[in-house]
Amino acid sequence: MKLALRALFLLVLCFGLTTLNAQHDTDDHGHASELTEQDSGAHGSEAAYDPVGTVMHHIADANEFHILGHYSIPLPVILYAPEHGFKFGLSSMFDHGHEAVDGYVLNHGRVNRVADPSFPSGHVHLSGEHPIHEDVVTVDGKKKDVAYLMHDGKKYMLDKPSTLDGGVLGGGITSFYDFSITKNVFTMLLATILLFIIFSIVARGYKKNEGKAPSGLQSFMEPIFVFIRDEVSRPMIGEKHYERFQPFVMALFFFILFCNLLGLIPFFPGSSNVTGNLGVTMALAVIVFIVTNLNGKKDYWEHIFWMPGVPVFVKPVLAVVEILGLFIKPFSLMIRLFANISAGHIIILSLIGLVFVFGENGTNVGGAATGAFVGGLFTAFMNLIELLVAFLQAFIFSMLAASYIGAAVEEHDHHDESHAVDHHHGGAHAEAVAHH
Amino acid sequence: MGALGAGIAALGAGIGVGMIGSKATESIARQPEASGDIRTAMIITAALIEGAALFAIVVGLLSNG
Repeated sequence: MKLALRALFLLVLCFGLTTLNAQHDTDDHGHASELTEQDSGAHGSEAAYDPVGTVMHHIADANEFHILGHYSIPLPVILYAPEHGFKFGLSSMFDHGHEAVDGYVLNHGRVNRVADPSFPSGHVHLSGEHPIHEDVVTVDGKKKDVAYLMHDGKKYMLDKPSTLDGGVLGGGITSFYDFSITKNVFTMLLATILLFIIFSIVARGYKKNEGKAPSGLQSFMEPIFVFIRDEVSRPMIGEKHYERFQPFVMALFFFILFCNLLGLIPFFPGSSNVTGNLGVTMALAVIVFIVTNLNGKKDYWEHIFWMPGVPVFVKPVLAVVEILGLFIKPFSLMIRLFANISAGHIIILSLIGLVFVFGENGTNVGGAATGAFVGGLFTAFMNLIELLVAFLQAFIFSMLAASYIGAAVEEHDHHDESHAVDHHHGGAHAEAVAHH
Repeated sequence: MGALGAGIAALGAGIGVGMIGSKATESIARQPEASGDIRTAMIITAALIEGAALFAIVVGLLSNG
């Protein structure tokens, strides 16, 4: 009974919070759509709410934390252009895109740069309500978004930050590099600090309560530790090696979990889409790839390059497949986490966007109210599902990482013995079941 | 076209997850004492299928942009 009451209380709390958050997001988007309207007004076309643009803007990284309206929390920027060296500062110096500093401007929350050397350096005030314009041009038969600004009657093109992947994923190397503490970096640091504090407290608890029952935060975290050990590390890596990799698996799990959960909070310390960023998931996947292959035993490499127990003419074919698999495994880890978290953010933002689609951008109040009701309910529902997904994806990522490591450290020389043990275990289990 | 592809991917994933759900509930009904293991396996398989669907959806999104 008490448990049921608690569950009910939690559910009501969740619903209340998510609805509040939804309202907050609604306000936020109200402003966004207003901006879009003004933007299109400047272009001389009819006012319209741009759902895709708004959603993409919200799941992207940014150099400032947008709060509400014209209020945002500035973040430090560290910029490097090969011909000008480093530039440090706070993103508030750009005055929400109205000020250019040494050729750097803020476009949709991201720092862009005017590469043209004729553009004046130092602080330059940009005139107009929205000094940065966007256009779509066709280059080599491909549609490309370009941004430009008008200053003293001259048109200056803007460069986006360089991506370190060299343009494989659609970015490329441009005239400057952005090493700033962006929204995502800030949230990652926050998650790290939170984890550090929590785990220090828990570790102190284990020293203090040695031989006694856990207390406080320690007893809250211990079931999760035990779960990771008993459901992830031990069965996947094996009895012999799991203790060596337990810290790594736990670090993966908790880092991803905290980033996911922080991303679900729709206001300041959260709201960034960390694990829905391909760069972050790629870094995680690369770490898993390195750990797996550095710990690869002889048997592991033998199974990749010269699979035992199959006819010789099949061996080279299998080697090709296995070598491909070596890279596909971390690649699928990367895409799975990125796509799951991004999809969740996109769905929630799209549901909030219903308010503006139904409300016809402020002209239809009844429609907006309907949209707010329907969208709010669905958002509350989706937020609860995303709470599950946050845990599930952290679990899946760490479990698959553990299974790859398990395959790498496994030794096959006592094949029959392990089978016999398995058989014995199975038998014992069946007996126990029969007794029940 | 991208949206159409994403829709088809969601269809396939829906069928897959539905089959997992039906088989898992069936197995739990047959052997309730193994429900914990079955649930874990169910969640893992569902996540793998979802991953495949999301690959398709990401490709759909990219081809739209």
